[in-house]
Amino acid sequence: MSPLTRDQAKALIERTLKLSKADAIQVNIGSGDERNVRFADNRITTAGSTNDLSVRVFSSFGKRGAVSSGNDVSDAGLEQIVRQSEALARLAPENPEAMPLVGPQTYKEVRGWFDSTANVTAAARAQAAGTMIDASKKAGDLKAAGILIATSGAEAVGNSAGVFAHHPSTSVDFTTTVRTTDGTGSGWAGVNDPDWAKIDFKATTDRAVTKARLSRNPSAIEPGRYTVILEPQAAGDLVSLVSNAFDARSAEEGRSAFSKPGGGTKLGEKIMDERVTFVSDPTDPAILGTPFDGDGQARERRVWIENGVLKNLVYSRFWAQRKGVPPTGGSASLMVTGGTQSLDEIIASTERGVLVTRFWYIRPVNQRTLLFTGLTRDGTFLIENGKIARSVRNMRFNESPLFMLDKLEAIGRPVRLSGDGGGLVMPPLRVRDFHFTSLSDAV
Amino acid sequence: MTKRRDFLKTGAAAAGIVVAGRLLTPADAFARLARYENADIEALLLQAVDQLRSGGASFADARIGRYRRQNISTREQQITGVSDTGSMGLGVRALLNGTWGFAATRELTPDGVAAAVREALAIARANRIPGAEPVILTPGQKHGRVTWKSAYTTDPWDVPLEEKAALLFKANAEALKVPTVRFVSTSMSFVKEEKFYANTDGSIISQTIIRSDLPFNATAVASDNSDSQSRSGPVQPMGRGYEYILAQDIGTNARLWAEQAAEKLKARSVEPGLYDIIIHPSILFLVIHESLGHSTELDRAMGYEANMAGTSFLSPPREKLGTFRMGPDFMNVRGDRSEPGACATIGFDDDGIKPDDYLIIKNGIFNDYQTTRELAPSLDWWYKKQGKATQSHGNCHADSWSSQQFQRMPNVSLMPAEKDASLNDIIAATDKGIVMYSRGTYSIDQQRYNAQFGAQVCQEVRGGKIVGQLKDVAFQMRTPDFWNAMDMIGGKSSYELGSTFSDGKGEPGQASAVSHGCVPSRFHRLMVINTGRTR
Repeated sequence: MSPLTRDQAKALIERTLKLSKADAIQVNIGSGDERNVRFADNRITTAGSTNDLSVRVFSSFGKRGAVSSGNDVSDAGLEQIVRQSEALARLAPENPEAMPLVGPQTYKEVRGWFDSTANVTAAARAQAAGTMIDASKKAGDLKAAGILIATSGAEAVGNSAGVFAHHPSTSVDFTTTVRTTDGTGSGWAGVNDPDWAKIDFKATTDRAVTKARLSRNPSAIEPGRYTVILEPQAAGDLVSLVSNAFDARSAEEGRSAFSKPGGGTKLGEKIMDERVTFVSDPTDPAILGTPFDGDGQARERRVWIENGVLKNLVYSRFWAQRKGVPPTGGSASLMVTGGTQSLDEIIASTERGVLVTRFWYIRPVNQRTLLFTGLTRDGTFLIENGKIARSVRNMRFNESPLFMLDKLEAIGRPVRLSGDGGGLVMPPLRVRDFHFTSLSDAV
Repeated sequence: MTKRRDFLKTGAAAAGIVVAGRLLTPADAFARLARYENADIEALLLQAVDQLRSGGASFADARIGRYRRQNISTREQQITGVSDTGSMGLGVRALLNGTWGFAATRELTPDGVAAAVREALAIARANRIPGAEPVILTPGQKHGRVTWKSAYTTDPWDVPLEEKAALLFKANAEALKVPTVRFVSTSMSFVKEEKFYANTDGSIISQTIIRSDLPFNATAVASDNSDSQSRSGPVQPMGRGYEYILAQDIGTNARLWAEQAAEKLKARSVEPGLYDIIIHPSILFLVIHESLGHSTELDRAMGYEANMAGTSFLSPPREKLGTFRMGPDFMNVRGDRSEPGACATIGFDDDGIKPDDYLIIKNGIFNDYQTTRELAPSLDWWYKKQGKATQSHGNCHADSWSSQQFQRMPNVSLMPAEKDASLNDIIAATDKGIVMYSRGTYSIDQQRYNAQFGAQVCQEVRGGKIVGQLKDVAFQMRTPDFWNAMDMIGGKSSYELGSTFSDGKGEPGQASAVSHGCVPSRFHRLMVINTGRTR
């Protein structure tokens, strides 16, 4: 079963809207296929294919509203979903912050669908995974693990106020971790693109293999404050967390990193290095995201932080109305820009620093400062005089992306990250005084 | 923890659902509940198993699941969300020439089943790599037609929505009586899983599982907005029904929890250094989960999770089993899926195996891994040495009809001391220490050595007495050193379960629920850091 076409989605939404007895109804439809091959220990371990179609209905009576969803789209099934959402809505207490449905919108066209991805066969997927497995087997002293996921889907939204939007898209995500059989080295690499034809499995494989070998036999360095070079993945792991604090309401209510002591928010203040800009833009070729949100509100290009200055916070429709400003939509995708250097150029210009491939198990420690803890993983190296000098042991950090972006030394050219379905486009970074707090024995 | 493209996130913000394929969290199956009798389901399952077998599978199974989830969220005196979601479908798995193939579909018709069977067999054929080690399973168990039901007395779906909302509003009102507490959010989440399973060993299993959760968060804000402090997570999720929610008495306790948030605003910031740390079960469960639960998963030790959840410091098995000292002689840790009310408790696993109870750590020594039918054969040497048959512990699980089953954690629990002791007995015996309650920040590396844990509430102990609240506290640990520093533990009367609803593992990511029983325990001289720095 394939994702619903525009006509199919429209017909299904109309069938659902017709069943409604509520004051207002919104229907969201997700449909699609997900196919994956997982490998480990130099062989394919599991592989699967899943299709589904889900209908989510929000019904409301005045300020009472509720959601029901299901994946049975027969007449009886749809009727059940609608009736249940209505029954729950009638029972629900009034929500004083309930907003009317979004009205008709104009949407930007985003071409995120690639037949190359939608039509990929089980044999082609197995062969792609085989690229990594073969390379690792041939080496003799390496073990590869990883996952290839190809998705093709469509989301659609419609409501009784006249909204209809449909967006088909595809994604290929390939990540792999290569470990040395002596257990002392581990290297990660990943790639994501909506177009199967653009994925370079060989190059990704080579990166992981090289990294695994280089990372062998790491030695300890004393935890403390270091200049770090964050590869785009590592940078994205931390920098994307800044968007958690973009909510205007939390900031204005005094419980966010962007609340100002004494009242108000940090809007308009310089909060980080002037080279850094945060943008959400579904139409950017590096993103190709959905041009509408779950309510059918059009997503526009938004600049959150421009040249280090906090320019915008996220205003929900309710909070925007309360404050008399336009709603902003959220930061469904995030692109950080500001530099043109490559990772290699940043490394070459570094006298001494720690190169980080990616971070792991990042958790908040302090909501007011956006302090997080986590660990380095799968390729951590000491850079000396512009070159990788040696592999170093993994370390735990306690650091805030806000502190970090204020101590920026270099920012490179952003790339689309894997693992996030293409929603993050991040540059490599070099920052000083990054705080490592303990050593880990983990490889 | 899995991040997805937008089309797979439709409506997620408002409803807590993720749409398309396995990415669906449970959605509603009302309509199909009415339309599908158990006999229809059984016919579809048997069709799948028969067709997989005749297609050449040496082993095959089929699962039909109806997953339902209800959520009611509030803040202060208003509702923020009401949803009842779910989904139903079929997942089939074939072992063909030693290679797995899996396919899942929402088309619950004979044609839909046949298409999924063809797809699973085709995938298994495509993935056969010449010369690769074939998958070998431990012997199956023939259970015939059996049913099982988890330990609940009140099905949450039988309780009116208004009653649930009223209880949450009452709790919120109590919390807001505390002067500096400006925000409170509470919710109730309920899960109902109806799982039907059949395999080529001759089992037809139906199981009903209910789980309930009651998230709570109160935030106190300083009058000049210079600080805000929260208290969350006082109630553990449990494999029980609405009776468990009522037993928490949140109408009264909410005020107590809110006061703890307010008190944190005035709490002293901790002086970094070495302390004896007394860990309450409401956080020790998570330390067990992260450091012992995940490190003793055999698939991790074998490298299956190297790209995602990670491997384990307890590897290779031949060098660790029966020899590695994890903790003191009085440390015994059990794996089980039988404890009533615990989140991983189940009658039969997704391999068709009745799980057993087993000691993962015995008298302080590492004794066994968590296993499935695919994993256990590699420990044949170890079981033979002990005169035991090589069998799966029944730790195979899929989080949805659309996910392929693999090794997931059973309840992994620290057994109480033989001599009874209470938390107060431990505090009274401690000169300079900190008592920690409820999980705060937590993070551990991919081999489960280095971890850092914070808590919701930290009390300072001086001379055997609690002298006040501390803030900005987190301890750092190295797993074997940590457990070997355990020098005092509570007895049977202090044993409690702590749980998580969404333990992430695997690719594509799957979430599972699990509980850990434990007793308050003291750890000698741990390194405490201060997390309150501002630049």
